[in-house]
Amino acid sequence: MLTADTTDVTRSRPAREGADPSGSGAKARRAARGAGGSEGRPPWMERPSLAGRWGKAVILVLVVAAVAYPMIGIIATSFASQSDIIKSSGLVLWPAHPTLAAYRTVFTGGVVLRALFVSIGVTVVGTFASLLMTIGMAYGLSRREVTGSRIILMTALFTMLFNAGIIPNFLLVKNLGLYNTYASLVMPTLMSAFNLVVLRAFFMNLPTELLDAARIDGAGDLRILVSVVLPLSKAVIAVVSLFYAVTYWNAFFNALLYLDDSDKWPLPMVLRSYVLQGQSLSGAAAGETVAPQQAVQMAVLVIAVVPILLVYPFLQRYFTKGVLTGAVKG
Amino acid sequence: MADTATGPPRSGRREPAHPAGPQVHRLSLWQRLKRDKVMLLLTLPGLLYFVVFHYVPLLGYVVAFQHYEPYLGYMHSTWTGLSNFSAAFSQPAFWSATRNTVEIAVIQLVFFFPVPIALALLLNSVVSGRVRRFVQSVVYLPHFIGWIIIVSIFQQVLGGAGLLPHLLGKVGLPRYDMMSDPHAFPWLLTLESIWKDAGWGTIIILAALIGIDRGLYESAAIDGAGPWRRLWHVTLPGISPVIVLLLILNLGNLLSVGFEQILLQRDAVGPDAGEVLDTYVYYHGIQDNDWGVAAAVGLVKAVVGTVLVVGANKFAHRLGHEGVYRGADR
Repeated sequence: MLTADTTDVTRSRPAREGADPSGSGAKARRAARGAGGSEGRPPWMERPSLAGRWGKAVILVLVVAAVAYPMIGIIATSFASQSDIIKSSGLVLWPAHPTLAAYRTVFTGGVVLRALFVSIGVTVVGTFASLLMTIGMAYGLSRREVTGSRIILMTALFTMLFNAGIIPNFLLVKNLGLYNTYASLVMPTLMSAFNLVVLRAFFMNLPTELLDAARIDGAGDLRILVSVVLPLSKAVIAVVSLFYAVTYWNAFFNALLYLDDSDKWPLPMVLRSYVLQGQSLSGAAAGETVAPQQAVQMAVLVIAVVPILLVYPFLQRYFTKGVLTGAVKG
Repeated sequence: MADTATGPPRSGRREPAHPAGPQVHRLSLWQRLKRDKVMLLLTLPGLLYFVVFHYVPLLGYVVAFQHYEPYLGYMHSTWTGLSNFSAAFSQPAFWSATRNTVEIAVIQLVFFFPVPIALALLLNSVVSGRVRRFVQSVVYLPHFIGWIIIVSIFQQVLGGAGLLPHLLGKVGLPRYDMMSDPHAFPWLLTLESIWKDAGWGTIIILAALIGIDRGLYESAAIDGAGPWRRLWHVTLPGISPVIVLLLILNLGNLLSVGFEQILLQRDAVGPDAGEVLDTYVYYHGIQDNDWGVAAAVGLVKAVVGTVLVVGANKFAHRLGHEGVYRGADR
């Protein structure tokens, strides 16, 4: 699909421009399309050579394939039967005999299901708590004249410069009585200074006229946050919540360090033992048709990846804005 | 260190935008606190988090100077001065971990770093906006996939039973398993990092590319500069500030090679090739309860790491760039 797309576009372009050698027409067309200056080739730019066009297309196809192939592969393999897997060795790209056996095995095992609930719980609770705290702090620090805001901001920003390290963090979690609790999966990574900076920068760039107007109408600081700032910041909040949610969903470090009890494991820990270390899923009900080991492993992977694949398309158009406000642009 | 973060006084002394206007300075501290109480209360949970989970653990480094016994606690464990440090420095395992850390970091830096730049240049040269956006959304995706899943995917493709050994076997070559070859370990890590983050890294470069004045290209083209000369004389100078900044910041993170990524694969290649400073601390401290030595190594790593990061930032400032922290406070 992509191949057709790339070559089609690159091939049709010279034909169109060839019909209008003056170049001004191309400019007008570009303006008419209204997509800004980066769209289409400007009149002074020479036509790329045939080899250059093809080379570019081939590289782009390879890049996309390098990402897509493993994704499609794990999904297809999870539905594959034993004969499909033997035939292809490695990842199956198209299961000839699709079966849900792997998923039945995974979900009757109980282990994955429990880990899935832990991961969902940690992600939902964690993201919500992180978001509340980050929004509050970012808004509180978004006005320079607030007493002490500078010191508080620096306290948060300095944490980007150092990392306390594994041993002190472990001892802290133990001393706080969080060891082997679900809270240990959330609390140590509640906030990221990066996300704080992203949100704060966004809040600071909101038009002051709007905030002042709300203040004149008698709104207090909290009211301004809820009814003016937040409705204007939906996009950036969506990005920050994605960053937090993905971090919690993939989190493995906290569980590895702070959980003793494998009953409390979130999904990444289960992935580690059943997919990477190759332990078989215990507790699969006897008498069930046994699914191929590899399909079962891929099914667990799919369960871990699918939530990310589902939210990704809705949020990806905001990334550039989110990342750049936080990084070089300030 | 303080200098890095506080920046020039201009940013702190800007005229306050508060409606109270010029009277601000006449308010007493108490009045100001009262005025800002909502804002300050909103920052409080976040501030508490940063203090408890980032500053308090630093106290845990006293363990580095003790013969720490968990049941005795900090107060009653015996003090041993610097003996933990000398014990660590006399271990070949420590030096091997240091060597691996630096080797992996340098290989990652040299071979990962140019990839996002090249990819961004390629994307930028794609005329069709539709194709460009499609490729962008595909290559950003792996950034959100956790290391466990990525390592599992690589296992399916490069691992012993995976696709590559299978293909090699088919054409009569030895079935090479990259995942368990100690010599290939840094390259394997680099390959995985490229798969995960090269696409994501293009965001910042693409933003810099968009910032280049279109007029420069046009005049260069009119003056007879071909595409390659425009790349060399317009594009590269245009993005070089961002490249230099990224390079410096990467150098600052020299000791922080990915803990999760390496921990997951250390056992496949053995500690001789797979042990880095972070995994050394983890295995000696958390697994073997050799708290003092592990904390000593962690402390050395943390101090050197912080010096590198702060130094890199200072250097970036000296070159006239806004470092991460000053940029954040604008």
